[in-house]
Amino acid sequence: MDYLKKYPKLFQWLFLLIIFFALCFSIDVPETYKFIRGQAEFVKDPNQSTYVFLGKEVRYYAFDVFWRLPPLLGWLPIWINDSLFFLMNEWMPMEFWNEDTQEYKTRPLVLEISRTLTSFMTFLIFLIRETLLGGLETIVAFTSWDWIDKNPWAELPGLPWTIVAAGFAILAYKLSGKGLAIFAGLVMVYISIFGQWKPSMQTLSFILVAAPLSFLFGLGLGVAAYKSKRVEKALYPIILVMQTMPQYAVLVPALVLFGVGDHAAVIITMIVAVPPMILLTLIGLRAVPPEVIEAGRMSGCNNWQLMSKVLIPTARRDILIGVNQVIMVCFSMAVISAFIGAKGLGFNLLLALNQLNIGLALEAGLCISLIAILLDKMSLAWANKQTDYFGNLTFFQRNKNVLFFVASVIIGIILAYLGSFIFKDTFNYLFEVPHNKGISTADFWNKGVDWIFDTFFVYIKAFNTWLIVEVLQPMRALYLRMPAVATLVLVVGAGYLIGGIRSALVVCALTLFIALSPWWDRALVTTYMATFGVIMSCTIGFTVGTLCFQNKRAAAFMLGVCDIFQTFPSFVYLIPVMMLFGITDTSVLIAVIVYATIPATRYTIEGLRSVPAGLHDAATMSGVNKFQRLTKIEFPLAFPHMMLGLNQTIVFALFMVIIGAFIGTEDLGQYILKALSDKNGAGIGLTLGICVAFIGLIFDNLIRTWVEQRKKHLGID
Amino acid sequence: MRKIISFLSAVIISAVSFAGIANSADSKKPIVIPTHNWSSQIVMAYVIGGIMESMGNNVKYVNADSQAVYESIRIGDVTISHEVWESAFGKSFTTALDKGGLLDWGDHEARTLEDMGYPNWVAEKGLCPGLPDWTALKNPDCAKNFTTPDSPDGKGRMLEGPQTWHGDLIPQRVDALGLGDLWWVKFAGSADALWAELAAAEKEGRGTIIFNWTPNFTDGAGFTFIDFPPYTAGCRPEDGGDGKCGSPDGYLKKAVNADFPKTHPKAAAMFKKLSFSTSQIGAMAALVDVDKMTHEDAAKKWLKDNEKVWKAFTK
Repeated sequence: MDYLKKYPKLFQWLFLLIIFFALCFSIDVPETYKFIRGQAEFVKDPNQSTYVFLGKEVRYYAFDVFWRLPPLLGWLPIWINDSLFFLMNEWMPMEFWNEDTQEYKTRPLVLEISRTLTSFMTFLIFLIRETLLGGLETIVAFTSWDWIDKNPWAELPGLPWTIVAAGFAILAYKLSGKGLAIFAGLVMVYISIFGQWKPSMQTLSFILVAAPLSFLFGLGLGVAAYKSKRVEKALYPIILVMQTMPQYAVLVPALVLFGVGDHAAVIITMIVAVPPMILLTLIGLRAVPPEVIEAGRMSGCNNWQLMSKVLIPTARRDILIGVNQVIMVCFSMAVISAFIGAKGLGFNLLLALNQLNIGLALEAGLCISLIAILLDKMSLAWANKQTDYFGNLTFFQRNKNVLFFVASVIIGIILAYLGSFIFKDTFNYLFEVPHNKGISTADFWNKGVDWIFDTFFVYIKAFNTWLIVEVLQPMRALYLRMPAVATLVLVVGAGYLIGGIRSALVVCALTLFIALSPWWDRALVTTYMATFGVIMSCTIGFTVGTLCFQNKRAAAFMLGVCDIFQTFPSFVYLIPVMMLFGITDTSVLIAVIVYATIPATRYTIEGLRSVPAGLHDAATMSGVNKFQRLTKIEFPLAFPHMMLGLNQTIVFALFMVIIGAFIGTEDLGQYILKALSDKNGAGIGLTLGICVAFIGLIFDNLIRTWVEQRKKHLGID
Repeated sequence: MRKIISFLSAVIISAVSFAGIANSADSKKPIVIPTHNWSSQIVMAYVIGGIMESMGNNVKYVNADSQAVYESIRIGDVTISHEVWESAFGKSFTTALDKGGLLDWGDHEARTLEDMGYPNWVAEKGLCPGLPDWTALKNPDCAKNFTTPDSPDGKGRMLEGPQTWHGDLIPQRVDALGLGDLWWVKFAGSADALWAELAAAEKEGRGTIIFNWTPNFTDGAGFTFIDFPPYTAGCRPEDGGDGKCGSPDGYLKKAVNADFPKTHPKAAAMFKKLSFSTSQIGAMAALVDVDKMTHEDAAKKWLKDNEKVWKAFTK
């Protein structure tokens, strides 16, 4: 009894596990059960049960409710889908005049609105793209295709790459100094001589539209949420779901609403990039001290002045970190948005994937990574820059950057002009190095992967077979063997023990949604893969992080490596693993582990760093050795922070498991992939995305609640 | 007053529309050509774009999904589609056709087949005697040579394309033919996964059965399709049949947006005439998949080498 009083939580957990296993063993697998390949879509099997709700017929295989719940929400995707279809194709048809065919045409209102909106976006994208690369659509927007055909001189010429490179370097110099300027210059030269100039500028052009728009929307909604509790309450759940939703689940509805092309890519990028901006704006505004607001009010600010002159400038830092987040998200969407027609690096990367050309994919991926890091560093430098109010500068000192830029434009044009003589018969390399005519290391990488495969073939195969037969298959079977009721009890029980009745209810609702959807089995497979990936990633990440923390330089180096890997498009990992480990779960899981180890390592290092130096010294003075200090002081104190790392690891792992569908999995991701090209896919894709988001949110809720309590207990914050 | 306005507008509209009829040259608005994710289709997109540009049209390429593209054509976001494969996209195509806004614009000379098959070295190694007849698959000794570590109960593995392509058609067929005890069907995530499997299986020397199609670049290296019971109309489960049948010998169609012939009469007439044969399409794919050229360069080379072929379409 003493133990029971001493460790009450431990016994509660034991009790929960006992109930869970009792349920697992007492409920047998029904004889008719087999892993369902989703809802049987075409076959009308007499063994199926049906029900009709809201006029939608749902067919499913019925089991004992303890084993699997019936898909009572099966009507939802069909209903979402039909509503969208109705909105786009039938609601409010109107007559619109069609220039081309010279006749009236009936078009539904929403379709017309969405196409008008997107044509505006297309205009913005092409304005930037054609400034950089040249083209004629911007001029066409003001005149017509017939006009441009008669006046071909009006076509925009585009800027030589030398000028753009110089411009970036000068801007970087102005923002931060020599170091960043050199980096910017090198990045641009690299992109150019590797022949990635055109796709890079195409990618950049749609990001330069998406990022400012996301910033404006995010700031606006953030301010609205700050002003009104009601808006905040309405936005918060959407933001939460959006942050854990696999990004390409949003593709399907976007495709239906906005069609294909660069404009659709901008919209989908905005959908993903706005939530973090809202969140950071809100955090920044909340942190403004009341004294500052009082001071503003006393000086007679009206509401608008208070917001624009006092609140936003004070919250500048958080808001600019939001800008930074927006940029990162935009680049992470560069590849995914290629699925709905964005041109540029992402599209080239997907093409390289289709040809199994790891080298080309790596080069395109590296360009995305480098541009992202460059813009990230530049926006951070901007965030940290203070206006110099006291400088007494001459005209030249104030305007030297502008002057330098003007000079570089002139030099660039002269160079490009000279280039047209030097490279008379080939391409004018001083104007633009054509795609795939630059240097390429692709062969080296391709041969490298082939060499690894040929040399280590026997070991790879033995390892692969062992992992699949001994670990993965049994683990998957165990997950699928869980009766739905047992899973529910386990999750809700954990929620109750960690966060009380409130947490239990939230977690229960999230789990029920998945259990009542038609994809419970698939969700279990997703969870199994994510669990395996998270366990391995955390083990590796915590170990590597702890080891690197022992040395300041190693820690800084490791964080740099994390930066590069995080911005590196995750799709690139898919090819080498697929070639080495075949079309198996191993391939997917290795990609998951590579990707999800990043946040685990990063948060471990940052967590350990956040331990106050005073405590460090105090510990050393009390005579503990290095190991004792690590286990008794640093780990316990850093643990809450490390757990947030776990949270991120789960999100990353889930994201990669879903992407793994491109290799070939049997989980929710495969169905999302399928929904992408299904004509009834919009509703299915969205519902599946919500299911994945909810898996993430269940863990998110449990971990966050636990971290809060732990922090209170330790007296941090 | 109202009468005058409506009269005036009627006059203006009829004047404008007369101008429209009188003007039979192609509009300068760009023709939007979709690119999908397999080589022959992309090269052919650039080939067709090149032909249209040579006729003075403006062309734009957009990356689109191969199933969703018919809806995009119907709405008008995309103008044409030049590879409608009967087996894979026939259903999406006819659905869009019935809804209106999309026109059937004739067939290519090439016939298509999309089904499960094996690279020729599988037969040469004697891994499954009796192929390509499907009944050879009933032999347990045959299935054994096709197992992979993840096969449940040591069943032979067939690698089907992504579930996006034909849903559960192949698993249903395997079950219907009574092969379910010996074989299981794994879905690959993408076309590249299929080619990776071909390369890996050859290196490992194990048998492999994958989903493939012709015309394709694999035709060159030797690829045989399994002879399943012949396709008859309505034999597929989605059409209410029992599923005991292979894929049809299918058409390769072209489709256009309904406004296209009105806005670009000349380009539309060319596109109607345009027809490629199996060997021509295979050659286009091979330029990329075998010779490792970029899609644009491959199209340029093809146009240069085959000027006679395509000039005929423009007349």
